[in-house]
Amino acid sequence: MPHISAKDLKSNYDVIVVGSGAGGGQTAYTLAMEGVKVLMLEAGRNYDPASETPMFQENFRAPLRGASTPDKPFGFYDATVDGGWQVPGEPYTNASSEPGRKFEWWRSRMLGGRTNHWGRISLRNGPYDFKPYSRDGLGFDWPINYEDLAEYYDRVEMLIGVYGSNEGLENTPNSSPGVLQPPPKARAGEVFTRHHGRKLGLPVIPIHRAVLSTRLDSKTIPAKLHPRNPRAQSILAQAMDERAACFWATPCGRGCSIKANYQSTTVHLPPALATGNLDILSDAMVSELIMSDAGKATGVKFIERKSRQEMQVKARIVVLSASACESVRVLLNSKSARYPNGVANSSGKVGKYIMDTVGARLSGQIPALENLPAHNEDGAGGGHVYVPWWLYREQHAGKLGFARGYHIEFTSGRQMPGMGTFSPLDWINGGRYGRAFKEDARRYYGSFIGYAGRGEMIPNEDSFCEIDPVVRDKWGIPVLRFHWKWSEHENRQAAHMQQTFADLISAMGGRVRSAPEKDGSKAIEPGGSIIHEVGGAIMGSTARNSVTNQWCQTWDVKNLFLTDGAPFCSNADKNPTLTIMALAWRSADYMLEEMRKGNL
Amino acid sequence: MLAGTATVMVIDRATFAQSSPVSGGKGYGTDPDLIKEYKPGDFWPLTFTDHQRRTATMLCSVIIPADERSPSAGELLVQDFIDEWISAPYPGHDRDRERILSGLVWLDGESKTRFGRVFIELKEGQQSAICDDICREEVKQPEWVEPSRFFKRFRDLTAGGFYTTREGMLDVGYVGNVPLATFEGPGPEVLAKLGLA
Repeated sequence: MPHISAKDLKSNYDVIVVGSGAGGGQTAYTLAMEGVKVLMLEAGRNYDPASETPMFQENFRAPLRGASTPDKPFGFYDATVDGGWQVPGEPYTNASSEPGRKFEWWRSRMLGGRTNHWGRISLRNGPYDFKPYSRDGLGFDWPINYEDLAEYYDRVEMLIGVYGSNEGLENTPNSSPGVLQPPPKARAGEVFTRHHGRKLGLPVIPIHRAVLSTRLDSKTIPAKLHPRNPRAQSILAQAMDERAACFWATPCGRGCSIKANYQSTTVHLPPALATGNLDILSDAMVSELIMSDAGKATGVKFIERKSRQEMQVKARIVVLSASACESVRVLLNSKSARYPNGVANSSGKVGKYIMDTVGARLSGQIPALENLPAHNEDGAGGGHVYVPWWLYREQHAGKLGFARGYHIEFTSGRQMPGMGTFSPLDWINGGRYGRAFKEDARRYYGSFIGYAGRGEMIPNEDSFCEIDPVVRDKWGIPVLRFHWKWSEHENRQAAHMQQTFADLISAMGGRVRSAPEKDGSKAIEPGGSIIHEVGGAIMGSTARNSVTNQWCQTWDVKNLFLTDGAPFCSNADKNPTLTIMALAWRSADYMLEEMRKGNL
Repeated sequence: MLAGTATVMVIDRATFAQSSPVSGGKGYGTDPDLIKEYKPGDFWPLTFTDHQRRTATMLCSVIIPADERSPSAGELLVQDFIDEWISAPYPGHDRDRERILSGLVWLDGESKTRFGRVFIELKEGQQSAICDDICREEVKQPEWVEPSRFFKRFRDLTAGGFYTTREGMLDVGYVGNVPLATFEGPGPEVLAKLGLA
């Protein structure tokens, strides 16, 4: 069973998985490895990282030196296909055009979805992150504890390969022994930050990223992940052997033809396909669920993009993993006399509590980093270190004026020059040209450093999405309309970020590029721009207050599951992808168990 | 993300507003072949007349001249990249096009006023006499405000074009983009210079 075309669809599957990214990839993987017949529907085109990834291409080979454009917002060589904050022919709307009230929605239309280009930062939620309401009275508690997910974090990390270290810091969980791969050494700017950050009490530690710093141990990991399933073990061992370790070149955002980093297309899908249990149909844009009179989901309607035909396919279980907002859109568009507000929406909560990550940044120039001897700092194509949230005690004592924390990511080093690399020279030298300009470029290259805060947003009643009453996309499917508002918790957190970065740059003897904003609403980046949107179909402990239970199973429709970010009922500062995968694996295990019991 | 987090990425959000439409097929589109090598003119027609190109070439080389480490920006055809840039059908590029083309006209006018010849026919000292007046971040004379904006943008494009070439990357000591068996981090010499040995 392989990549198929619409005419090869079978009349029935065990499970339909809508979406092929982190959540869909993990769900399909877990089910297919255990013998379940799965159909994956992907709205975008098929995509092959082995032949399509621009490994080693320098910017001079690209149009506009690889600079970002509306066609390729993260630059020409970014892996994203047919995506960005706008997708051609597939609009969305915002209810307000006021500053700070708009939400920007990043999508891609390709097999593997956003996993092909993501930052690969793989941080675990900690114990506090599952019980935020109990801790400070804001937002919602999850119906699970850290302990419920810890085992799945271990499994995902072993499967995809995550580098990092166990530091034992507060609410920053260790992985089980032997799970993490060794982290790469810190770069010059990172080492320098670590040294001077101590004065401010900032713990600079290895970040966790889904990049292989060594080859995966295909002799032992498969048996740990698939006990009592020799076939799955042998398929996974072979898939692991096809992945090379990072060779410390080519930014991860391009994807990776040697499969050194995690993307669904190189890690989840190949072994799942090798089982023979997975069919993948690309160019299949799902529009709505098909429901039975008995209130079960019997399949989905979709538009085959090439023929523009509306088609249907059936299964025992339907899993939406189309990305949080896209899954919400499918639920809300599945309207009928019986479901006037869409499917799985008896609570009225579908679309509510959309969250992104709080983002703010500041950059500076560090004289100590000038004129360093030439050395290779490409590394793993992303940060090697970060600062986890370090002020839990002060925050809990109410000293900070905002309720949730953030972590700090770094941009530093002698990276491959791009269009913006030397733009800050005017700021430093007042504006020169000629031989002096060339000398300055040599002197200051690698001395610029940037810090970005990534913080927790608390779910609120003003940030949600609904179906736009008028606008439809080019397939005729009604689109989403967003409502957005940051609370003072997020704004103050953003101001705190910039002040911290200014203090840090000063502590390093550096110059701050711009003064930190005291007004956080000026520092905070627009909703959606960090591309960590979650929520919209939150999980909870009662059908009245939430859309799914702890298994990502909708309360109203028991054979309907959501395994992307939609069930998140809080959005810790930890980047959500690893948690999406851990929840998806746990949910798929539950499906297997319920199928075995005959309940599904 | 941003993304993807997204890891930290430098994106000039100002050049394309959050809801700006994609280029509608006039650019390279949302699914270009990423493996192929491209050159200016492959996707959209270029702009420079012969004289504009010669002027741009000269100015590129005044801003980044040849020295013992690397050739000039003109020798590396950065002017063709600038032509590609100002001809691109994306938001923001139209502003650059206007600024660069009117700046080149101003440059010839100023050259003729001061020295009786167009820019490319001036002696080196005459060229720098003009550039010295418009190269600074702080502009003293009101009539140099707009020419200074032109010069700053032209310099930025020249630097972007130059330091993304193989020669430019080598010039500043970028030694990456090669496969390594292990990543060793900064060596003892680097750490010593940072006072962290």
